[in-house]
Amino acid sequence: MNVWTMSPLFLRAATLLTLLTAARTTAAQNLVVYADKLYTMAGPPIDMGVVVIHDGKIVEVGPAIEIQVPETYEVRQARIVTPGLVDVRATVGLTGILNYDHDQDQLERSSPIQPELRALDAYNIKDELVTWVRSFGVTTVHTGHAPGELISGQTIIVKTAGNTVEQSLLVSPATIACTLSSSARKSGGKSPGTRGKMIAMLRQELIKAREYLAKRKKSDNDKKPARDLKLEALVKVLRGDIPLMVTANRTQDIASALRVAKEFDIRIWLDSAAEAHLMLDEIKAAKIPVLVHPLMYRSWGEYKNMSWETPMMLRDAEVPFAMQSGYESYVPKVRVILFEAAIAAANGLTFEQALASITIDAARILGVDQRVGSLEPGKDGDVALYDGDPFEYTTHCIGTVINGIVVSEVER
Amino acid sequence: MFPHRLGLGLVAVALGASPLAAQTTPIAYEKVRLIPIVGDEIEDGVFVIQDGKITAVGPRGNTDVPANAERIDAGGKVIMPGLICTHSHIGGIGGADGSKPIQPEIRIYDSLNVRDPGFIRARAGGLTTLNIMPGSGHLLSGQTVYVKLRKAEKIDDMMMYDADGKPLGGIKMANGTNSQKKPPFPGTRGKSAALVREKYIKAREYREKLRKAANDPDKMPARDLGLEALVEVLDGKRVVHHHTHRHDDIMTVLRLAKEFKFRVVLHHISEGWMVADEIAAAGAPCSIILVDSPGGKLEASRLSFETGAILERAGAKVAFHTDDWITDSRLFFRSAALGMRAGMSRAGALRALTLAGAEMLDLQDRIGSLEIGKDADYIILDGDPFSVYTKVLETYIEGKKVFDRTDPNDRLIAVGGLGAGVEQRSYLCCQDDGEHAE
Repeated sequence: MNVWTMSPLFLRAATLLTLLTAARTTAAQNLVVYADKLYTMAGPPIDMGVVVIHDGKIVEVGPAIEIQVPETYEVRQARIVTPGLVDVRATVGLTGILNYDHDQDQLERSSPIQPELRALDAYNIKDELVTWVRSFGVTTVHTGHAPGELISGQTIIVKTAGNTVEQSLLVSPATIACTLSSSARKSGGKSPGTRGKMIAMLRQELIKAREYLAKRKKSDNDKKPARDLKLEALVKVLRGDIPLMVTANRTQDIASALRVAKEFDIRIWLDSAAEAHLMLDEIKAAKIPVLVHPLMYRSWGEYKNMSWETPMMLRDAEVPFAMQSGYESYVPKVRVILFEAAIAAANGLTFEQALASITIDAARILGVDQRVGSLEPGKDGDVALYDGDPFEYTTHCIGTVINGIVVSEVER
Repeated sequence: MFPHRLGLGLVAVALGASPLAAQTTPIAYEKVRLIPIVGDEIEDGVFVIQDGKITAVGPRGNTDVPANAERIDAGGKVIMPGLICTHSHIGGIGGADGSKPIQPEIRIYDSLNVRDPGFIRARAGGLTTLNIMPGSGHLLSGQTVYVKLRKAEKIDDMMMYDADGKPLGGIKMANGTNSQKKPPFPGTRGKSAALVREKYIKAREYREKLRKAANDPDKMPARDLGLEALVEVLDGKRVVHHHTHRHDDIMTVLRLAKEFKFRVVLHHISEGWMVADEIAAAGAPCSIILVDSPGGKLEASRLSFETGAILERAGAKVAFHTDDWITDSRLFFRSAALGMRAGMSRAGALRALTLAGAEMLDLQDRIGSLEIGKDADYIILDGDPFSVYTKVLETYIEGKKVFDRTDPNDRLIAVGGLGAGVEQRSYLCCQDDGEHAE
């Protein structure tokens, strides 16, 4: 399977064969990246390491001295090289650069429960903020509908480069996004107007979906209910195909999320979770991951009790977590997980734990760790290049590689 | 008994930390890495303070330590001046209301909540002096105040005063889209400038009447609080702090400043990099902000991390600001570090957090650098100021400790946690769902 472990002679022959047969675009997907220090996130860092990418996939990772590198490949070099970064919860690509209606597709306000809204139909792969996060090393995003409605829609996992969303898609749908916070509350007699109503509506909808699932299972075609996109989407959650991603910040909302998950025996991910540090035992017992809000969020309202040490406390409690860029209604219009993880690294996480929270740990939570999140043979050729400690304010991302193609080279 | 209004500030400043004792014991930090801002960084330095003032600063061996000094071995930690933020909104403030676009009579002084945890957060970030301003939803939203982050029970004890005991501050103006809305607000840029010019012409006429009256009570015009403030602007006693983003809006500010000869500091200037030479030629200081991505409103969509570097190369004076709550005061170093990442010099980035800001507030004789005779406003860091891993350990104002990371209450604010934040953010006059503020 791995031709690069074979003899150099065979290797050259294989390279030649590749060059002869590959189309122009695939030829560009052969790349070698050298690193003074290579963080594979699949073992200890390698001094003077190299990553070899063939046809968009990683074929070899290790000390440069031990690896035969094809001469014809494009070459890049950096002081620090990491896996392409994985953003565990974003809205980028739906939230355009401008805070004006024409540019904002992350939240449909017409009804509080719309699980049928597919992020697939809304992700703008060429949005300039997608390009922006990519220029800091972000190669995979879990993005989609924002918090702000009880069930706001679906999410997808997608790369940050490509011509169409289909080309770059890893998973769709990835989750159904649910909000249990005052941001999903309505005024003027509309529902849900209270937290109690929110949970009642959510439970009722899940019960409906359960009944729908039971009816759809009937073999008699005449008795099957008509297709219902809303309920179809929720059935995926009930069957355990995908999780319900619940945005909850206050302890009572986190408790509600755990209660609903237990009642319906569904998988949930806890999103944002500003007060997760006050609920560590409960979250650990529920065996759910936490997608931690950006640490540079503003500490007022539901975030008033947030802590820069939440990632450290989750680590100590052995709760799986990853750092996210989240949703921002004002500015910065998109946050950058590299910057957010840096604050975690400065507040109790080790360098490698912080890096894991935006690479392999994020990929594991998202269930795409067979494709991305670490530099290992067989995985996608997604790499980030830095001219120093990636978390330092003054370090630049000097290159981003997706599927072996250098997609960003501005010194950012 | 004592004429308390007149001279209160001077007395407080002169005696600093110890209003009762004539002389306190000098404190001498040794084995300290000094970043004095004026002059080179000193690897192994000595820093001495007494009675709220800096009394000695220099390399070990060349700097005398008073015999009676309490000596502190700083163990290689960094000491530098307290940071100065030229544009902050902390303090639970509310400025001008929605009744009209130009309200110079409004004093932000009258809305500050001395118990706002934002003040503690700012100390945790190493800030010691702030220019606290009303928001940008008006062409002119009121008078700003320059405050020291002293621990205080009433806001008056945080204010800075001039020789006459008057609180120091500037005036806040704005152009571009934030201040454009339904009447009586302007709907266009042309109208915005026309309204401002009309008002300043009125202020000029008012000043002329005051001159002619020459303090004769029979001839004095009726008092007008707004025009009184604008006369201070025309007289150069009150600096205009002008929110402006787009390159042409920046040029409009410079044009109006020239016409009415007001002193102006340009704030934010997302597109300042496009007119850097013009800004430098006009001699207008720039107080800038960096956020993590461009966009939000159209006029901020070409924001660049390089603004500081480009302005510095053009010869303009540059300071950073937090615009807190837009960026968090605890991360003020980060703003300048990002500027350095994009090409600013280290010296320029350090100055942009300290002395450059002091100069924009006319406070350069009192604060902004470690120089003999200046206020003992300083911070102690456990590493390089521009490293993400570095912590502000202690913050001092006029020789008094106002933040100590080892104190559990201070630490709570520094890192966050239960009870650290607030329910409501400051009212900046123009955000709806957070969409059209600063």
